[in-house]
Amino acid sequence: MWLVRSAVVAATCAALFAQSPKYGVGRTPTPEEIAATDISVLPDGTGLPEGHGTAADGREVYARRCARCHGPKGEGGDEPKQSPLVGGRGSLKTPKPLKTVGSYWPYAPTVWDYVNRAMPLDRPGTLTHNQVYSVVAFILSMNGIIEEHEVLDAKALARIKMPNRDGFVPDARPDVGKKR
Amino acid sequence: MAGRSSRRRFLEATAALTGALTSCKRAAAPEEEGPRRIGKPLRAYGERSEFEKSLRALPTTKILEVGQSYTPLAEIYGIITPSALHYERLHSGVPTIDPDAHRLLIHGMVERPLIFTMDDLRRLPSVSRICFIECAGNSHLGYGAKDAPTVQLSHGLVSCSEWTGVSLSLLLSEAGVDPGAKWILAEGADAAKMQRSIPLEKAMDDIIVAYGQNGEALRPEQGYPLRLVIPGWEGNANVKWLRRLKVVDQPYRTRDEASKYTDSMPDGTAREFTFVMEAKSVVTFPSGGQKLAAPGFYEISGLAWSGRGRIDRVEVSTDGGTTWQAAGLSEPRLPMALTRFLLPWRWDGREAIVQSRATDETGYVQPSHEALVAVRGANYEYHNNGIRPWKVRADGSVTDVAG
Repeated sequence: MWLVRSAVVAATCAALFAQSPKYGVGRTPTPEEIAATDISVLPDGTGLPEGHGTAADGREVYARRCARCHGPKGEGGDEPKQSPLVGGRGSLKTPKPLKTVGSYWPYAPTVWDYVNRAMPLDRPGTLTHNQVYSVVAFILSMNGIIEEHEVLDAKALARIKMPNRDGFVPDARPDVGKKR
Repeated sequence: MAGRSSRRRFLEATAALTGALTSCKRAAAPEEEGPRRIGKPLRAYGERSEFEKSLRALPTTKILEVGQSYTPLAEIYGIITPSALHYERLHSGVPTIDPDAHRLLIHGMVERPLIFTMDDLRRLPSVSRICFIECAGNSHLGYGAKDAPTVQLSHGLVSCSEWTGVSLSLLLSEAGVDPGAKWILAEGADAAKMQRSIPLEKAMDDIIVAYGQNGEALRPEQGYPLRLVIPGWEGNANVKWLRRLKVVDQPYRTRDEASKYTDSMPDGTAREFTFVMEAKSVVTFPSGGQKLAAPGFYEISGLAWSGRGRIDRVEVSTDGGTTWQAAGLSEPRLPMALTRFLLPWRWDGREAIVQSRATDETGYVQPSHEALVAVRGANYEYHNNGIRPWKVRADGSVTDVAG
């Protein structure tokens, strides 16, 4: 037992020595400092906070905070351009691809992350977590991905399989401009 | 004390000189006034000549907090873009950040999470490097760049600066990266809190956490006080106003690496994590909107760059691609930096189609636009590095080939 323990200690020491800081500049952040900015959400939903909402709740928030740019039904507006949220399923192979949350975004939790951090454009980060769940539910429901009265929370959002989940492939370049 | 009295003597002498000049001015003939008048005084922060008018091109949209402005490539000398003319790309406006209050957090799969002040970062060993940053949407095929009237609008989302900062690998080593880590997530302090996932391999290679640009602090629109500079990789991943680096084992597939900056293929799939900006070049003289006064000698000039290393060769054609000549490459010729190419040319006064083709040190040859679209399809938009011809008309005006 003693031998095992000292072997573990020795290994740990070796690992720490191998990666010990060379300059010692900077300090250890507090857990609060990390939590204050660590808001990113993984595709599997890791990082989603507590809260919930339905498309029915989201309809009013959307009309007030989102529709000006994205259109009353998510069809997009004049400016900023390219902001449609709804439609486009089956269009990606056609001469007029329409890339929206419904047709293009691969994961639902990343939609939540983007709305939470960057929307609405004029007042980013001012929606409550419940409002973000509701608005995302409304967008997904306009795309026919969930039902209007389905309650979205962290678990429900992570379970959704977006239509274009498998639509992304790795970088294949250089594919043109062959070497001479 | 000596300094003060010599300054006083200088002021007295200046006053006397001004008096003398004023009296001269009364006596002198008008045509002699200019050269004899004393010029403008010393000033603490310089500005360009009032006769110089180069400007970034702004979009015609109403909202200017989201979008891009274009570098006037045809009006730039050498390879360095003046900081004030470096292209901009904004997702949620330019934040105002007090450097004394700014912090960089490194956390996640590390042995020791760390938080740095700007002073901390400036204490650490620094690196400087000249490299280009090019927006993945430069020459974007969906926004009319293919037939844009000027090189500013077709190619102006590339710029080149000397960047100074700390190696990201140094900061990550200080924190101690866990063996299972594979990616980092970089996040900005702009209102959109823009975030991108970057492979750990590149992070440990040549990425700079930069606070300096062309000898001074970063411009606000370039990420003041801190940004990533990722040599050779698409501009969007060079996160500005950098506030956080999280070491992780998988990419986050954020909005700007899934919904945007992904490349649509003919079968409806899209390529993701297409980071490298492939070899590209463009003729900046003669280019769209310019006018050749008369037949005779001109120097064809342009810029070439590659995210995979040095530019080895640039060829120029003045006959629509039938024949090509090797252009001269100006020094310095640095990896992942703009490289200036030059070719003496005698214009005979007839219509000419002028274009350039770059080859980088890996042997990759810049393709034609048609070759790109043949493989990647008509829905392909970002990462367009196709050859760009310009038409010199018999009257000396230069236009897009379609124009």
